[in-house]
Amino acid sequence: MTEPVPSPAAPKLPPSLAANPVLSSWIRFSPEGHVIVSPGKVEIGQGIVTALAQIAADELDVDIARVKMVRASTAGSPNEGVTSGSLSVQHSGRAIRQACAEIRQMFLAAASDRLGVAPDVLAISDGTISGPGNVSTSYWELADDVALDRHATPGAVPKSSAQRALAGNSVQRLDAPDKVFGQPRFIHDSALPGMLHGRVLRSELSAATLTALKEDGARAIAGLVAIMRDGNFAGVVSETETGAERALLALRKGAAWSGGEALPDENQLSDWLKTQPAESTIIASKTAAQPGEKKLTMRRHYARPYIAHASIAPSCAMAQWTGRDRVRVWTHSQGVYLLRSDLAMVLKLPLDHITVEHMEGAGCYGHNAADDVALDAVLLAKAAGGRPVRVLWSRADEMSHAPFGAAMRIEIEADLDAQGEIVDWRHNLWSNGHTARPGRADQPALLAATELAKPFPRMISTNPPQANGGGGDRNSIPLYDFPSWRIESHRLLTMPVRTSALRTLGAQGNVFAIESFLDEVAAERNEDPVAFRLRHLSDPRAQDVIRAAAKRANWKPAPRDGTGHGIGFARYKNTGAYCAVVAQIEGAEDISVKRLTIAVDVGEAVNPDGVINQIEGGAIQATSWVLKERVRFDTTRITSNSWTDYPILRFSEVPEVEVEVMARPDMEPLGAGEAAHGPVTAAIANAVFDALGVRVRNLPITRDNLIAAMELTS
Amino acid sequence: MTRIRFRLNGVETDVDADPDASLLSILRGQLGMTGPHFGCGANECGACNVMIDDHAVAACDTPLWSVKDKAITTIEGLGTAQAPHPLQRAFIAEQALQCGYCVSGILISAAALLKRNPAPTDSEVRIALDRNLCRCGSHNRMVRAVLRAAAEMIAP
Repeated sequence: MTEPVPSPAAPKLPPSLAANPVLSSWIRFSPEGHVIVSPGKVEIGQGIVTALAQIAADELDVDIARVKMVRASTAGSPNEGVTSGSLSVQHSGRAIRQACAEIRQMFLAAASDRLGVAPDVLAISDGTISGPGNVSTSYWELADDVALDRHATPGAVPKSSAQRALAGNSVQRLDAPDKVFGQPRFIHDSALPGMLHGRVLRSELSAATLTALKEDGARAIAGLVAIMRDGNFAGVVSETETGAERALLALRKGAAWSGGEALPDENQLSDWLKTQPAESTIIASKTAAQPGEKKLTMRRHYARPYIAHASIAPSCAMAQWTGRDRVRVWTHSQGVYLLRSDLAMVLKLPLDHITVEHMEGAGCYGHNAADDVALDAVLLAKAAGGRPVRVLWSRADEMSHAPFGAAMRIEIEADLDAQGEIVDWRHNLWSNGHTARPGRADQPALLAATELAKPFPRMISTNPPQANGGGGDRNSIPLYDFPSWRIESHRLLTMPVRTSALRTLGAQGNVFAIESFLDEVAAERNEDPVAFRLRHLSDPRAQDVIRAAAKRANWKPAPRDGTGHGIGFARYKNTGAYCAVVAQIEGAEDISVKRLTIAVDVGEAVNPDGVINQIEGGAIQATSWVLKERVRFDTTRITSNSWTDYPILRFSEVPEVEVEVMARPDMEPLGAGEAAHGPVTAAIANAVFDALGVRVRNLPITRDNLIAAMELTS
Repeated sequence: MTRIRFRLNGVETDVDADPDASLLSILRGQLGMTGPHFGCGANECGACNVMIDDHAVAACDTPLWSVKDKAITTIEGLGTAQAPHPLQRAFIAEQALQCGYCVSGILISAAALLKRNPAPTDSEVRIALDRNLCRCGSHNRMVRAVLRAAAEMIAP
């Protein structure tokens, strides 16, 4: 009996296209000579719309100016879940590339029929399909003959990297001109006919109960349309924005509140995390075939505080009821379908009675209040008699009621043998879950849902599985070749401070801990930290970025008084972009980051300047987290509710950032938005040690934490 | 209600409003000029900056009465796609933004700087923009863009 000969793997559609297979849901041709591209991913300031337009223009051979990008809407866009995790190029980009490759073939076949020439002698230039003897037609002429309302089939082969004209080039952002000329583009600047303005009344106290509400003051304000109250949820609707602000002020004076759940002691946060009830999960474990002999054990613990998304724009949404049980919503949410599911749960309406459309907001950096304010708008619009209502949060609410990135405590232990080599590695982390996004549970994740007279319970954040990159445990498994390890995550089951997805989820904390600890081991061994890392990495792409960053930074420059250099490395999610960073810092009491030298491997860089922009931005944001950021609170409320109380990095404090993008045009493209945060964090901490001999293990690296670390050292 | 007159982007403008209303609420509300953005309402972020007689000022905590007879320039008045200000051209050339929400206020701060100092150094640009917050991390690109525009304005 002979074994059947295995056939070559059947080609498969990219996952986003398989989930949304109708070609016309992605790509259409308009009679005006445009290509209409409809991705399920949304612009959140990362430039994705431009990268996706490049991909479509390349594959179809049209000028990018012909490509019109459609904002995601539940009315017809492909459902691509949430725009997060640096996955938009992988998900949407691959789907669009594949769909366009097939559509191109279909049009070539149709052109061949019409022109009477073989498809392989046809060429496409800016959408015009021409062949020998000056015969030609175009996508637009053929559009009626080619039915795109059918499912994609696997097999079409997209162009090779060498055949692409645009991908790999730094095309200018399509949204840049509007933003630079101050033309309305943000939801905040959009107005619908007859639009009213809404504001929500929230207490400074966390999870407060509204015990009394006198409405007469607000009722006396000119322009008032309605006061809405449903349990602890209250708000105003007014003809004008100023009227809404004034009515809210008056309503606030008439409100009495009692406090909710007590918040922990902010100065004992790391210890508090370890004492809470938690769900423990072994993330990874492996045992050496021949265990090494332990000579000594090193133990360290690291911590990061809660970090705010702190978007420059407070969250905003618009809603309009069209009839008693149908509502339209405009939102800067990262996932229109997911938000719709949660709205349906709260409103007890069928999904198809709710339409959710995306509009651009400011950068969100994860799950901020974008979804919350959408429900606020829907609730307030109930009192608007069918008119649309735009709702804007205050700066203080944005900084105190939106979810935060979770605080983390990370303990690492390593057993070293007689030669100082790592023979066993143990990593334990305590943290709230890193996501409580809408649309993923049997309860809504939206703030107002917990405030209604018939409230939904407050969602306790969870973690995505490791297969999706993990949550608190993201990047907790070292990429280094240690012979044995055990990684365990302890997710808190209490959540007095609301947490959800912040850029990188747990990766920033874990990479900070792992890369700091490695530096500590290297220092114990008197070994160069770059050499130490290279010796423990077998992935050549990992080695390449470390070598590239080290070379570019002249590793290791001769020490000077008051300056230090540090290295940090990670592969985001262990499956995404590779990033190595050399940080140069100065200072004694206040640390100043002077320069970040970065090498990154994102596979194919569809828009290299877009990649550099994302990496630079991530590096500067991470520097801000590391040097400055910490959500402050007392036992009753979040106290860091303004820019004064929650300072971020300013122009004069921003380091020089130099980015080298490794040339990998034939590799799968990988997202860049979150690759730099962890490595930058670690590189700065390691540079502080290099300069001062002080190991700061509690973020942020402020004067206070530096002094505390010095006291621990001495 | 009081009638207050000022020059807005070169046009004589009369507004009937509460003189204590913030300039930002008047610009974005009655006058429909949404280029200046609301960020904090407390003069802490610079997203709403406008130029008043060559100075960059946060419109959110500027009362309407204080701009009587002044010349106000918003981002819309700085330049247009057809006739861009060199700063706007430079911001596009340097791709000096990510989300872009802070950009209009930053362009105004930069324009005010170049009026009083046509050839600023890198660190002078940073100091001039220090009260403007950017959360996406586009700072260095913005500084490069301001320097590029300054060079272009001196030697076009």
